[in-house]
Amino acid sequence: MNTLTRENRDGDRAQTEQFVAPPSSVIEAGDGYTLEVEMPGVNKDGLDISVENNELTIVGRRSLPVVEGTLVHHESRPENFRRTFELDPSIDANKISASVEQGLVTLTLPRAEHVKPRKIAVS
Amino acid sequence: MTLIRYQAPELAPWSAADRWSNLRDELNSFFELPFWSSFARAGELFTGWSPAVDLYQSNDNVIAVVELPGMRKEEIEISLHDGTLTISGERKRESSSNGNKAERTERYIGTFRRSIALPTRVAATKVSATYRDGILTVTLPKAEEVKPKQIQVS
Repeated sequence: MNTLTRENRDGDRAQTEQFVAPPSSVIEAGDGYTLEVEMPGVNKDGLDISVENNELTIVGRRSLPVVEGTLVHHESRPENFRRTFELDPSIDANKISASVEQGLVTLTLPRAEHVKPRKIAVS
Repeated sequence: MTLIRYQAPELAPWSAADRWSNLRDELNSFFELPFWSSFARAGELFTGWSPAVDLYQSNDNVIAVVELPGMRKEEIEISLHDGTLTISGERKRESSSNGNKAERTERYIGTFRRSIALPTRVAATKVSATYRDGILTVTLPKAEEVKPKQIQVS
């Protein structure tokens, strides 16, 4: 029984990729929000952003510089990044745009047209 | 007995609720994030930002790899003094300059400084650095006298 559970657990671990949650900031900006996520070592190719069930998931896989030599001091984490955000219903998921510069992912989340304040002219 | 004129209590239900929700968010984020990261963040509260540094050593070079996401090349300062490599800089708050309001901030804004004692002597004049994808790589060629040398038997 013990061996059975242990095997299962090891099997699970091998299958699931390990991620760390990167620090992020949400900023209210004009007609929506700006989301900044820190992913050092991630460039455009390693970035995978998806929206499903009103949840925004950002996965960043790192392409780290190859350094020759032996590691003598180690602080960085080897895991890739993943973070999920629940989207405010006012955000237009079709209009989300993203860019990445120097390991900082910036997403622009505009509010949907119908929730923007609108002036109605009296005729 | 003194009579005090009745003062309407300052009603601030929303700010109080805000504060509570912030606290709740804080607590939530504590549980959402992996243990190490909340730990590191608690450290940041007291010491500022301390970027992760990896140090490599090869036959010819000592190489420092520093995680500095979202900086500008010009904002990073690298100096070498007495066998200690110091990397410092300042991350400026960009988005709030035009009156935008931060809803929730985890990213550290401000100055940072990291000093690393190098394991060997290096040729200070030949140090080079590159900054790509938010990762700073500083290559410090070893001083000639500390490089391993093959001695031929004649």
